[in-house]
Amino acid sequence: MSDSYYDPKDLRNFGKITEWQKELGEKFFDWYGAVFAEGALSAREKSLIALAVAHSESCPYCIDAYSKDALQRGISKEEMMEAVHVAGAIKSGATMVHSVQMMNKVNKLSM
Amino acid sequence: MAVKSLLARKDDLAITANQLRKLNSEPFSNGELESFKKKLEKQGLFPLKPTGLDVFQVNVGYMCNQVCSHCHVDAGPDRKEIMTTETMQLCIDVLKESGAKTLDLTGGAPEMNPNFRWFVEEASKVGVEDFIVRSNLTIIRANKKYYDLPDFFKKHNIHVISSLPHYKRGKTDQQRGDGVFDKSIKALQTLNDVGYGMPGSDLKLDLVYNPSGAFLPGDQAALERDFKGALKEDFDIDFHSLFAITNLPVSRFLEYLVASGNYEDYMYSLVDAYNPVAAEGVMCRNTISVSWDGYLFDCDFNQMLALPVNAKGKHLKDFNLEDLKERDITISQHCFGCTAGAGSSCQGTVV
Repeated sequence: MSDSYYDPKDLRNFGKITEWQKELGEKFFDWYGAVFAEGALSAREKSLIALAVAHSESCPYCIDAYSKDALQRGISKEEMMEAVHVAGAIKSGATMVHSVQMMNKVNKLSM
Repeated sequence: MAVKSLLARKDDLAITANQLRKLNSEPFSNGELESFKKKLEKQGLFPLKPTGLDVFQVNVGYMCNQVCSHCHVDAGPDRKEIMTTETMQLCIDVLKESGAKTLDLTGGAPEMNPNFRWFVEEASKVGVEDFIVRSNLTIIRANKKYYDLPDFFKKHNIHVISSLPHYKRGKTDQQRGDGVFDKSIKALQTLNDVGYGMPGSDLKLDLVYNPSGAFLPGDQAALERDFKGALKEDFDIDFHSLFAITNLPVSRFLEYLVASGNYEDYMYSLVDAYNPVAAEGVMCRNTISVSWDGYLFDCDFNQMLALPVNAKGKHLKDFNLEDLKERDITISQHCFGCTAGAGSSCQGTVV
């Protein structure tokens, strides 16, 4: 076992989660596969969304996986970085928009 | 991008035995990953047998005007291996005997062989259904003596298959060298000018895409859509099909994988993506690859790893079709490159 919490090699064993709970694990992977298939959104668009969410979720496995997926799909570096900016903007926006609550509270408490 | 071949740099991996040793070491030797042989055994495909002989692929020499960082041939301007007219004549004799439907010339840059035009003229008289020349495109613009190649190809009804790693300058030049993209675009335009690649044209022009790094090619149809859209919009270029080809861990691409610390992950990606259906359709089952000096191989990759056909006649002079049809195809771990995902062959995906 690795002596750090995140080991890049663990990603290779993602599929093995079914070994401890076959039925749910298989349902999860079936669903996961279906989510990323071509649909109303293209597989390419979904890959970029996944890359952005991977960053906002701070998931190193997901970042590795979807950076590679983006390269395989021929997605450019500029497109990848813009997607991460979208994630960053929403995350920052989520922080900043709470300041309205702060202002409300301060205003209510102040004479 | 590499500036010289592994051979010129006296790199360890210029010795094919060292490449094979690497391919058979961890993660295969310690059992972390199953060997290619094991995979074939599980589906009853081992020993891998030919299904016929449809494609006669001839490597006319390793000399090339480019030194691409992913090249499995280790080709470059410093490579002097060049097929002679005597060997070319043997190729033509054997081609007639073999009944192969496709003749596929590759290199290096095949056009740099001084006997190239003679060979094309003579071989075209055999009348195969599909006569392919694999052109790196830049050779057409490398020197005035090559400017008329599009007309020459047209005269002999050659099917041109050309490499273009990406429709963007940056990705192409990163893999193939500075200035390669602009020259390739110009070459494609001159091919279009004589009718190659135009909608409905019998003059076939197909492009080959291979990834610029340690990742597998994406969906071939989606990539073709992207390439067609971008090349048409930006440069008014037409072509017929795009073949997505996986980089095999051989020669300079193997060196790149090892040097960049990507080797193990790449092998995992290939093995994880093993597709039994692609394994059934691998190109070595209906191909013979001939080296510049007339030796016979199961494919161009085995040629570069110096793994000759497992048959009594290993040279054009001893060509025996029946014997070759019965041979066991030689395999190693590099073969996972042809069975990953939708499979990979010199004609793109196989499933």
